[in-house]
Amino acid sequence: MESPVLIEIKNLKTHFFLDEGTVQAVNGVDFTIHQHKTLCVVGESGCGKSVTARSILQIVDQPGRIVEGEILYHRPDRLSAAANGEWTSGENGANGNSSTEIIDLAALDPRGREIRAIRGQDISMIFQEPMTSLSPIHTVGNQITEAIKLHTDMLDDEADEHAIELLRRVGIPRPEERLDTYPFELSGGMRQRVMIAMALSCNPALLIADEPTTAVDVTTQAQILELLEELQDEFGMAIMLITHDLGVVAEMADDVVVMYLGQVAERGDVDSIFHDPKHPYTQSLLKSIPRLGVSRNRQRLDSIRGMVPDPYNRPSGCMFGPRCDHFMPGRCDAVNPPPISLGPEREVHCLLYEDE
Amino acid sequence: MNEQSTNGQQHSTLESGSAAAGNVLLDVKNLQKWFPITAGFFRRTIGHVKAVDDISFHVLQGETVGLVGESGCGKTTAGRCILRAYDLTGGQIYFQDHDGKMVDLGPLTNNEMKPYRQQVRMIFQDPFNSLNPRMPVIDIVGDPLKINRVAAGKELEDHVASLLARVGLRPEYMRRYPHAFSGGERQRIGIARALALDPRLVVADEAVSALDVSVRAQILNLIKDLQEEFNLTYIFVSHDLSVIEYICDRVVVMYVGKIVEVAETEELFAQPFHPYTEALLSAVPNPDPRMRQQKDRIVLEGDVADPANPPSGCYFHPRCRYVQDQCSQETPELREISPGHFAACHFAEELTLAGVTASGELG
Repeated sequence: MESPVLIEIKNLKTHFFLDEGTVQAVNGVDFTIHQHKTLCVVGESGCGKSVTARSILQIVDQPGRIVEGEILYHRPDRLSAAANGEWTSGENGANGNSSTEIIDLAALDPRGREIRAIRGQDISMIFQEPMTSLSPIHTVGNQITEAIKLHTDMLDDEADEHAIELLRRVGIPRPEERLDTYPFELSGGMRQRVMIAMALSCNPALLIADEPTTAVDVTTQAQILELLEELQDEFGMAIMLITHDLGVVAEMADDVVVMYLGQVAERGDVDSIFHDPKHPYTQSLLKSIPRLGVSRNRQRLDSIRGMVPDPYNRPSGCMFGPRCDHFMPGRCDAVNPPPISLGPEREVHCLLYEDE
Repeated sequence: MNEQSTNGQQHSTLESGSAAAGNVLLDVKNLQKWFPITAGFFRRTIGHVKAVDDISFHVLQGETVGLVGESGCGKTTAGRCILRAYDLTGGQIYFQDHDGKMVDLGPLTNNEMKPYRQQVRMIFQDPFNSLNPRMPVIDIVGDPLKINRVAAGKELEDHVASLLARVGLRPEYMRRYPHAFSGGERQRIGIARALALDPRLVVADEAVSALDVSVRAQILNLIKDLQEEFNLTYIFVSHDLSVIEYICDRVVVMYVGKIVEVAETEELFAQPFHPYTEALLSAVPNPDPRMRQQKDRIVLEGDVADPANPPSGCYFHPRCRYVQDQCSQETPELREISPGHFAACHFAEELTLAGVTASGELG
């Protein structure tokens, strides 16, 4: 039933060292991504969800870097076999008895060969703004085949064929002609499809999607989400979906991680997050969204008071303390709540559940 | 042109039907805004983007009307035309003056527009780009007062302080610059600026789209509270149907520059008459994982039509599930299907479309 672990993140800390001070963008995050499953990371702007994703691929922008923690990548056999011909594994290489090799991505050199072989091949990423993340001066075909040629030994013709096949698969009409078009000639939805085709070109084990539908319209969003679900069934990759839209989470996720100010507030399967939320932040977040059909009958939305604190002035103790309705003076502002396990893969960081 | 006159007739029935219910503050008739496409050395006009193409609707005193649609449907352009930020290509915008007379804002010159600019104000989408980074809050909020000679000096300061307090900001911060505020606070500054001159109509263009979930609820509540307090009338432009449902009394659905459906919010969401509205409602992700299996999501094929080169007949026909031969040939008019509920679809009466039931399920 439980599918094998693909990525294990343990106590990840990614900090940005700026002149004004250190921004602890990600500060002690733990979670697990399973093979073939969809994990949604949800949170408001500045909660560190994108930086977590970028840390996995070691593409955190300067002056940020991973200062602590492990990102253990359990490489599936299929990809190990493909890669072993080219380079020997990292320090945690394959043991004799276990067939999966485990690589600590956090320990790899961000500019090194190992991580570059993983990017695009094992783990690929799609971004929020398809216009800014595609090169405006290269054709669509060029950009897709670049990844293919880099990671496989396909010839130009074969790579073109493969790219056409991928474009057809992501629902782009007349893919043969589209190969020679530039991104500006495509609509927003089409560009996002090209991004997805590019990301899937090497059949990755994990697809990281950072707000893939935030910049597109609702009907296009429905198309893209549907496409991602279909592709997951077909290619079998795990998806790490980063979003701030709880509706998207409810539609897509198997597991959910709720983040607040660089830390995990709560994690668990999608049903318990939506129907039995434990952390006060998750509870108020769910109450503050207008829901179709329901919100007409209600006079006011419950909102969370105050705002997300300034990253330079983080509150002491629990990060959510100053905005929390269950704030316990003397305790919540003194201790940063440790993870409290409520079951398998179900954790909440809140002192309210300390005795349970 | 024949089409226009019939639309005009349609509109007069619309007015007689519902205008009796309340006091019409704004009456938009056959509004058109075309942007020229130019080419060549002499910038010759070779075509037009019909951003808003012959739309008519009205807004009653004290109500909130939602303009909803996808990007490129003309909802923002329509909002800006009402503010006369654009010159109209055609049509009339009747605005009720203080003495109850309806004045057409369309042909007014900039000078003649001045008194109306106090009465029709705007809240912008992006709280980062819509505030001048070099002006302190007191100038941002106070300049409209100064320019219109409403207040000056100490009085101005008091006025700004009370406005800031009203939108939930601390008046002591009025000498600070916008960069010192978070997104939600900046949006509050934008709202204070819009309210400074006691407007009667506020056009809110995607006023909460750029905000985080928790802050969005605060701003939505604020917008609702202010409406009660100042007896405001809103035109709320948004692409987010759940926000529209929460805040609007009536909704105008637009697609490629045309109105496809107008109805009271409850009725529109429960029983849409246009296939595009149905698809829009169906595309909104439901924040309940248990609804996942039950929901039969309609996924539209293709992209929104190009307003410079729209399809023939009904603009929605290439993406419509219920398309028939007639749809590609005849442009449907906006017709009253049931009292107060208008739709532009040839088969509005025959189709049974799914709305959203009160429990949030798709009925």
